Amino acid sequence: MNIPLPILDTPAPVVALSHLDDLWFQVGGTLCNLECRHCFISCNPHNHNFSFLNLEKVRRALEESVPLGVKEYYFTGGEPFLNPDMVPILELTLQYGPATVLTNGTVFREESLTRLSRADEASRYSLEFRVSIDGFTAADNDPIRGAGTFDRALRGVRQLLAHGFLPIITVARMSDDADDERLLEGFVQTLRSIGYDRPRLKILPVLRLGAEVERGRGYRTEECVTPEMMNDFDQSRLLCHHSRMVTDRGVHVCPILIEAPDAWLGATLQEALIAYPLRHHACYTCYQYGAICANPSSGRRDA
Amino acid sequence: MLELNRIAVFGGIYSNYLALDAAVLNAQQQGVDALYCLGDLGAFGPYPERVFPLLHEHGVQCIQGNYDHSIGNGLADCRCGYTDPGDNYFARISYEYTFAHTSPEHRTWMKSLPEQLPLQFGRYRLVLCHGSPRKTNEFLWESTTSTHFLDHLAASHGADAILATHTGIKWHRRLANDRHFVNVGVLGRPENDGRTNVWYAILEARPSFRVEFVPVAYDFRRLAAEMRSEKLPDEFIETVLTGWWTTCLEVLPAKERRRGRH
Repeated sequence: MNIPLPILDTPAPVVALSHLDDLWFQVGGTLCNLECRHCFISCNPHNHNFSFLNLEKVRRALEESVPLGVKEYYFTGGEPFLNPDMVPILELTLQYGPATVLTNGTVFREESLTRLSRADEASRYSLEFRVSIDGFTAADNDPIRGAGTFDRALRGVRQLLAHGFLPIITVARMSDDADDERLLEGFVQTLRSIGYDRPRLKILPVLRLGAEVERGRGYRTEECVTPEMMNDFDQSRLLCHHSRMVTDRGVHVCPILIEAPDAWLGATLQEALIAYPLRHHACYTCYQYGAICANPSSGRRDA
Repeated sequence: MLELNRIAVFGGIYSNYLALDAAVLNAQQQGVDALYCLGDLGAFGPYPERVFPLLHEHGVQCIQGNYDHSIGNGLADCRCGYTDPGDNYFARISYEYTFAHTSPEHRTWMKSLPEQLPLQFGRYRLVLCHGSPRKTNEFLWESTTSTHFLDHLAASHGADAILATHTGIKWHRRLANDRHFVNVGVLGRPENDGRTNVWYAILEARPSFRVEFVPVAYDFRRLAAEMRSEKLPDEFIETVLTGWWTTCLEVLPAKERRRGRH
């Protein structure tokens, strides 16, 4: 079920796009082989709300991104590797710039990774894999991501390592009082035990949308960004300040809000370079944590 | 005014006055018109005050790095841009040491440094900056910076060539229309390649734009001994002695990370 995203009717600060640094692709649509209980767009094996992007659609957006000076490309879903064009899409992207793909790590095919390893070697740019695992034991992870997903994701990490990749493991902070240091230590131990001797980790806040509303909670009324909160706030912390998202329907403001009708900004990148008012509760999470979707190598943006 | 056709450009010094001394001598022997430093004078190494007399004596023109901005303005941290708690732990130790050992006079001087410097270099318009011309602490890594993004940066800042440092690893990309982006590397620590030397860049404007990255050998054992006597972290000393980074790894993109040991 899609829970509609309410638009706040209180005054909302407006954020202009400073420059399109990061271009995102909803390349897996909303289709996923898993059904995670915290998924903010409720992806699952039957959710066809958004469809795959094919190679031609990605190619057109990449071409349009060149004169706009895009710096990095990100791919998400759904599960990107359910998309039959995923390997050629990444091969193509690596001719334009750096590519990061967000995956659950459970559906890799050996021949795909072999091709991607070759594409990575042939490119001057990095191909980054981000693998979502939400607990450093099966007992922590599986109730969130599904039975057996811990073992399957770790197998995916081992596959990536065997092909020379150094995946970034992304971990959703499942409760407000989670101890980040304990999480990081636990993950380091788990990953070392499977032969990942220099694990890279990123902890993400949960977004209180989609399935997460039932697992955890939705946003509270007061959890929103007001114009006063923008005083002395560095807007470059916000994704909408330097990113846009391409889906099969057009271009949206960010990866989080694709289901919100007001977040659709145009059919082309050029049309979507307009300013955006922060009229969603989820904007509060981005405000709080800052650039949550980018890789650590993009650096902190608040200085 | 002297026309500039051959210049030496240093990246972050990180208090490595021994490497700075060796690099200045090396550059002078190679006959350059002027010396520049792209900021981050302190951090990491021992005795931050020893850098300043060398810079002044040899007329090295400096711009302000994020570290110099923080020290100069008495900020709470270095704003290096790290995301990992471990990196921030070491960054804090280093920052507190450097702050405590930098005189008020030099803090004021660092505060006065320009964020960037436009420079006519032969027929090329250079923009000297620390991280990027749009943001002092922006990381521009070779493997995560598209060429068309660099085209955009050069065009929007009116530059034929942008010179930067900040990441700690040198690289050069030739852009369309004889434009260039150069990360000159750093003098402060080795660049995660298992070698103990550090790097700077010599640029030539004639007959056309040319970059030569120059390896600088210096007395790294002495630097390590002094860092030890100043009780700076063992992890930093290991980097000086081995040429492999042990900290600040989180911000490395995949390709750059794979080239290292840790």
